[in-house]
Amino acid sequence: MRSLWKTLDRALLRDIALVNLAIGVVGLSFGAIATSSGFPLWVPMLMSLVILSGAAQFTLVGVLAAGGGPVAGVLAGLVVGARHLPFGFAVGGLLGPRRWQRLVGSHLMIDEVVAFALAQSDPRRARAAYWACGVALIICWNIGTLIGALAANIVPDTDAFGLDAAFPAVLLALVLPSLREAGPLRAALLGGAVALATAPLLPEGVPVLLALVGLLVVGKLRTGESEVRT
Amino acid sequence: MIAGLSPFGMIVAVLVLAAGTYGFRVAGPLLRDRLTLSDTAKRYMTVAATTLVFALVVTATFLEAGEFAGWARPAGVAVGGVLAWRKAPFVVVVVAAAATAAGLRLLGVP
Repeated sequence: MRSLWKTLDRALLRDIALVNLAIGVVGLSFGAIATSSGFPLWVPMLMSLVILSGAAQFTLVGVLAAGGGPVAGVLAGLVVGARHLPFGFAVGGLLGPRRWQRLVGSHLMIDEVVAFALAQSDPRRARAAYWACGVALIICWNIGTLIGALAANIVPDTDAFGLDAAFPAVLLALVLPSLREAGPLRAALLGGAVALATAPLLPEGVPVLLALVGLLVVGKLRTGESEVRT
Repeated sequence: MIAGLSPFGMIVAVLVLAAGTYGFRVAGPLLRDRLTLSDTAKRYMTVAATTLVFALVVTATFLEAGEFAGWARPAGVAVGGVLAWRKAPFVVVVVAAAATAAGLRLLGVP
């Protein structure tokens, strides 16, 4: 494992640290929103440890706080989390050769972690980036949640800092190198359009999955194009 | 307890969602050991992930709870996207996106 860290240069570590700082602030707002909605401290803490998905956690807390009931809350959270299934097939090969690495690494599979791994052209760097970002994320997300839950009276307005624009920009910057090829670009543009068009009509999480219809127009991938790093 | 849930009910709800989410996450990494995937199949899976991330970008840029999020956010993401396209450093991309959205909001743009 130690040799993995040597493959990460300072620039990549700095980028990962920046994203995790922002994730910590979102964790802060999650903890604050949960406790100010009436949940005791341990609920957001347990969620951030075992669910470890901002989208799914905000969904569960939102549905429960609105009186939607636990069954609806869990189902809505599962729909939001379903994108991890295709993510797992894309990055599953780079978590590591050992079984424990796959079992532990899978828990760290978060949008930003997947995007950081996909952005690396070298398989060793992709694996190192995945683990570094994943481990940093579970720590920052949980520390943020704890602080936010303890200080619920200061719910940070993440929109005022522009964090709501920072996260799409993070993912866009990471995915952009893959979109310089024609096939993936066509797939992403069609998929993005479908997701955007269907989003007002469908429950959260479903439109993003529908984006996979973009694969229909990817065409024949040239050898070496969009190489998977396994 | 909120929503009429006992602490036990709350723990069950959280653990069921956690188990389901983990199931989605672990399926790919475990199944890939047993399946021999062609290089083409692997490439399509990478493109699938790229497409999903891009769809997340698009929906998170324009929408908030299924409705238009206002202009400040897409403007910020656009500034970040142009900088990223011109290969600006990652830190610059992220900070510029956030600063643009925050600045526009200070000026009264929703």
